[in-house]
Amino acid sequence: MKTDIILAGVGGQGILSIATVIGQAALEEGLYIKQAEVHGMSQRGGDVQSNLRLSDRPIASDLISLGQADIIIAMEPMEALRYKEFLNPDGWIITSSNPFVNIPNYPDVDAVISELKEMKNIILIDTEKIGSENKMSKSVNMILLGAASKALSSISFEKLCASVKTIFGAKGEAVVEMNIRALEIGRDCE
Amino acid sequence: MKKLLLGDEAIAQGAIDAGLSGVYAYPGTPSTEITEYIQGYCRATGSNIHNRWCTNEKTAMEAALGMSFAGKRALVCMKHVGMNVAADPFVNSAITGVNGGLVVLVADDPSMHSSQDEQDTRFYGKFAMIPVIEPSSQQEAYDMMQFAYSMSESLKLPVLMRTVTRLAHSRAVVEMKPAREQNPLNPVSGTRDWVLLPAIARRRYKGLIERQPEIEKLAEESPFNRFCAPAKRFEMGAIACGNAYNYLCECYPDGVPFPVLKLSQYPVPRETVRTMAEQCESILVIEDGQPFVEEQIAGILPAECRILGRLSGELPRQGELNPDIVKVALGLETLPHPDVAEHVVARPPALCQGCGHRSVYEAINLVLKDYKDSKVFGDIGCYTLGALPPFQALDSTVDMGASINMAKGAADAGVFPAVAIIGDSTFTHSGMTGLLDAVNENSPITVIISDNLTTGMTGGQDSAGTNKFEAICRGIGVDPDHLKVVVPLPQNMEEITRTLREEIEYRGLSVIIPRRECIQTLARKAKAKAKAQNK
Repeated sequence: MKTDIILAGVGGQGILSIATVIGQAALEEGLYIKQAEVHGMSQRGGDVQSNLRLSDRPIASDLISLGQADIIIAMEPMEALRYKEFLNPDGWIITSSNPFVNIPNYPDVDAVISELKEMKNIILIDTEKIGSENKMSKSVNMILLGAASKALSSISFEKLCASVKTIFGAKGEAVVEMNIRALEIGRDCE
Repeated sequence: MKKLLLGDEAIAQGAIDAGLSGVYAYPGTPSTEITEYIQGYCRATGSNIHNRWCTNEKTAMEAALGMSFAGKRALVCMKHVGMNVAADPFVNSAITGVNGGLVVLVADDPSMHSSQDEQDTRFYGKFAMIPVIEPSSQQEAYDMMQFAYSMSESLKLPVLMRTVTRLAHSRAVVEMKPAREQNPLNPVSGTRDWVLLPAIARRRYKGLIERQPEIEKLAEESPFNRFCAPAKRFEMGAIACGNAYNYLCECYPDGVPFPVLKLSQYPVPRETVRTMAEQCESILVIEDGQPFVEEQIAGILPAECRILGRLSGELPRQGELNPDIVKVALGLETLPHPDVAEHVVARPPALCQGCGHRSVYEAINLVLKDYKDSKVFGDIGCYTLGALPPFQALDSTVDMGASINMAKGAADAGVFPAVAIIGDSTFTHSGMTGLLDAVNENSPITVIISDNLTTGMTGGQDSAGTNKFEAICRGIGVDPDHLKVVVPLPQNMEEITRTLREEIEYRGLSVIIPRRECIQTLARKAKAKAKAQNK
């Protein structure tokens, strides 16, 4: 049983927090983990990704192969598409539908969305809208993770919540509660 | 005890548990997190391990050698290009030898994720003729530290540990061992071995050469090198170095069906390689970085054995390896996968909105549009991003400190205006000596020290010269009338451009210091302050 996850976004959008929450939950589940991150130059507003691999057997490579990813979780639609080749044809893409436009040549947003919709298993979430409706715009990454929890078969939803408690515990009860609520809202949308 | 650690953190924890007394480093991706982890550990536990950042890799290497001289264990960390800066003391530390264990940790960056070249540090280890180790996993990175310190202290030589971005910045669970005590103070005494006058150095070097068979034997018998093959003949075999071993294993989930030499300690164990060649018609060398092993085994093996790798074209000559590249070299099929996406464009990094460097580049571009022959020599840091749109302001970026010297050389040749732009941390790292050259000739260049009070690109580490730049420049001999400080904010654009224009028009050396704190460190401090007040 293995789950290979590509997390994608723009530097500063919080994909490493998603990785940390899944990683902590996977530890609790007793799974093997490898998680390759991007540090350094790209974090300044460039594209960033993390390869997160979970398995009940030892994992060799830190990097995921073409066609091997079970899930792509993206904070941004074009960044979801960037790793399309790595997706197993039966795999899932869970992405925010809100473009992050910090470059002059960002492609036509409708074209990006329709290319995503051609994929077999796709969940597009208007995280900005849901975030502002629920006054949790700082927790949109957890909304996304909540939505992805359906595809994360190797980790139970409860373990994700427990992981949020462990990781955000130092920031106080209110932050923990908001992030858990964000997970629930994400899980229940669509 | 088990912990989820980055490769860098596993190295740091391994060094701590090996009885480390001091880490010496200048920040550089992908090595920065090693020192940061040790700093965090010391804050949390009150440990006395020395952990302050150094001014550059050479000062770090020399301080570490000094700690080793005093009998304690030292770690020096840098990125691959930092080794070029530290090379003088590094190579000579193999001649002096060490007293307390000394590990030189260099993190290479194949594919140049955050670097200007992809030089392979293993060559430096061969050059200095010392043992080199290269972990293939986070656990091995941790385990190797105690091993490396023991080896360093028994050989009385420094040990070079090479890692790569992919391992440095990837997390896995690491099981830790009981920690060792630090060494007591026990400085070298009663010998002149460390005084490298030619007569002594010749004797020391002869000793180093004589010990090479012993060092190679350690690699033949290393617990981190593994060769297993049934005694029969195979069409092919593979030598997989460090991290590349994982990609080979990834290609064969049920076990690799031919002989494999997992190589994590050098010099290249020639006997093992010869034994392998007797069983294999060809050997594929899988190594991240440059063809270090591939080149060497060509001189070891009989001509009948075909050597395949980066030189032969089975693997690409440049760039980081990954499982798919290795699959192709092994003649395996990639998994079925979707086509490459159509509607995707590159998203390069950029200077943060609100960053002071932005105002500096805006001013440079405004003023220099009136000088059609102007050249701007850049340096290494966040402000290198001024080369990209929207500013496109730089004509060169080469290495730490090159901006000032290249501007001077270009001015010597007749370029006008010649402008150098360098960050505060890079200036103290390698810019001050160049500034002295320019002072001594009153070179007609304009040096901009863009001071954001931190080492920004690597995440905001302390900058060695903070609050000292005017004094440093005056001390080096910059004319106080041509040493100007401005605040790089959009509302000050008139003053900044006027100052820049005046100093360009002055046909001698000028230094302008635009100074405003990095918005990232400023925000972090505000957050920490708010948190402290909440408590």
